[in-house]
Amino acid sequence: MADVALRKVVKRYDDVEAVRGIDLDIADHEFIVLVGPSGCGKSTTLRMIAGLEDISDGDIMIGGDIVNDVPPKDRDIAMVFQNYALYPHMTVAENMSFGLRLKHYPKAEIKARVTEAARLLDITDLIDRKPKQLSGGQRQRVAMGRAIVRNPKVFLFDEPLSNLDAKLRVQMRIEIKKVHQKVRTTTVYVTHDQVEAMTLADRVVVMNKGRIEQIGTPNELYHRPATRFVAGFIGSPAMNFLPCRLEDVGGTLQIRLTDRIAFALPPARAARYNSLPRTDKLLLGLRPEHLTEAHAHLGPGVETFDTVLDVTEPMGMETLVYFVLEGTPVCGRVDPNAGAKDGAPMRLAMDLNNMHLLNEATGVVL
Amino acid sequence: MSSVTIDKAAPTRTVKLGSMSRDRKWALRWSYFFLTLFAIFSLLPPIYMLITSLKSSAEISAATNPWWVFHPTLENYVGLLTSNQFLRFFLNSALVSIFVVTITMLISVPAAFALARMRFWGSATLATGVFLTYLIPDSLLFIPLFKVFAQFGDWTGIQLINRWYVLLFIYPTLTVPFCTWIMIGYFASIPKELDEAAIIDGASWFQTLTRIFIPVALPGLIAATIFAFTVSWAQFLYPLVFTTSTDQLVLPVGIITTLIKGDVFNWGQIMTGALLGAAPPLIIYAFLMDYYIAGLTAGATKG
Repeated sequence: MADVALRKVVKRYDDVEAVRGIDLDIADHEFIVLVGPSGCGKSTTLRMIAGLEDISDGDIMIGGDIVNDVPPKDRDIAMVFQNYALYPHMTVAENMSFGLRLKHYPKAEIKARVTEAARLLDITDLIDRKPKQLSGGQRQRVAMGRAIVRNPKVFLFDEPLSNLDAKLRVQMRIEIKKVHQKVRTTTVYVTHDQVEAMTLADRVVVMNKGRIEQIGTPNELYHRPATRFVAGFIGSPAMNFLPCRLEDVGGTLQIRLTDRIAFALPPARAARYNSLPRTDKLLLGLRPEHLTEAHAHLGPGVETFDTVLDVTEPMGMETLVYFVLEGTPVCGRVDPNAGAKDGAPMRLAMDLNNMHLLNEATGVVL
Repeated sequence: MSSVTIDKAAPTRTVKLGSMSRDRKWALRWSYFFLTLFAIFSLLPPIYMLITSLKSSAEISAATNPWWVFHPTLENYVGLLTSNQFLRFFLNSALVSIFVVTITMLISVPAAFALARMRFWGSATLATGVFLTYLIPDSLLFIPLFKVFAQFGDWTGIQLINRWYVLLFIYPTLTVPFCTWIMIGYFASIPKELDEAAIIDGASWFQTLTRIFIPVALPGLIAATIFAFTVSWAQFLYPLVFTTSTDQLVLPVGIITTLIKGDVFNWGQIMTGALLGAAPPLIIYAFLMDYYIAGLTAGATKG
């Protein structure tokens, strides 16, 4: 068990900077998820923590010691790979015990640890099988077992669920969470799937183009994104961004979306945005769940407008509605019984209490 | 115009039922035809050798049907297998092959591992270079090599020429490049994560090679071994050039030099010797065929 710290870590490949100076503190026992689109540097960061990639600049610390030049085997870490990377010629038990056998642990202890890990992961029956006799989910468990038996300071997961089908992925996600609750080892987990990130993490690190966009708990990222990238990346369907500007009408602050549509801001929001220059080009960020069917009784800060739906997607518990607002495609979430139909007009409500306002040029959430 | 007749006749488009299987049938017929042709072509010489080996010298030179044995005899076999000279050739061949295979594997497996995995400056160029050396024919190399060993003998006083073990230095020039190349391909098909997992598990490069790569690449290793064995067992030019004394000869050269006396060809024994000489590779192939094919087709599909 140990904390992990990254200090201005840089990775350069020839003249390309894959990771551009990352600072990150991971507390002991913490489950951290690095998430971002492909090429954002998240896997490179993980591999640098593992020691599989040299770092070009900065420091990496595990348990307070700088490990920049420490080889992977001496970093006391364990890694789970996307394609499992099980040794095909070894049985499950041999796969799990390989690291311990290399370190010449006593046989009795190896057996005890493997048995315990197998029990934890529910693979006791498979212990004598070869990897090719296992399903994808079982292989992933063995890969985790191989990490657990080593009892390392840090677990590193590199997109461990990406090779599994959707149903199994959900199941294994819960398994991973359960395992972490039991063993409490500091974990760094890389994924491109924001749902995985949200569900697993104590804190999520959103990366983009080799930089950290934002670090926060899943709820912080969802409700208080710092940038347009985070706001758009976290949440599915993604947040809507509508071009808008602020204007004063009769002493109240209004947000104008189009020539036809303008809404008065709720008092709390008005106070927050009042100091902004009225000339700035802004974006109204609104999650689909805050664009719903209009009810007869509207709460404060909820405004209605009429539109014509392009496409509807019934999801069962909700229906996603897609429409265009002044050239911007928008997605909303309505009740399945609200009568949303493809091509039909509908009155929708916008909950401005949950709005975000972004600077269009900088992408910063205001 | 109230009645509408529905034409229940057969649809105009005739569905060619089983056209796939007909294609397949024809493909199979052609395959069998050419395979039979090829089998006849490649099996006739050994059959002719077998027939001849069972004949006495008198019957061979007699003007009878060469494709039939009228008076079968094992005298050629008995003659060769009781001849110390022939057994010496056999032993020399066996020693050379076993040592060459061992030397080749000891060099080419670590070399292939280094070239395939430990990316270092110039490794890709080196890998290509290794293969290019294989393309230089032995008929070009034997004179310079002979000079090298002659010079070496002059300088050090260690005379290697006309010793069977000189071949242990020469054959690897043929076997190492090819085996290294096979093994590079095979090692390259092993997912990179496997060695990364081993490294994180605490394995050294050497342990990664011996405990992960060699077991996983075993079919490739066996293919390379068979190749090295076949090359060293069947090599003719180098032993012809480098060895002359009868006790230093290997089988292919020994048969030719001792069983052809001037213009007298002892055909019966030549054929017998050739057949007996072909037996060891044949037996090895028979046992390891599956591995050999798996080795040569490795990398075509993952897994």
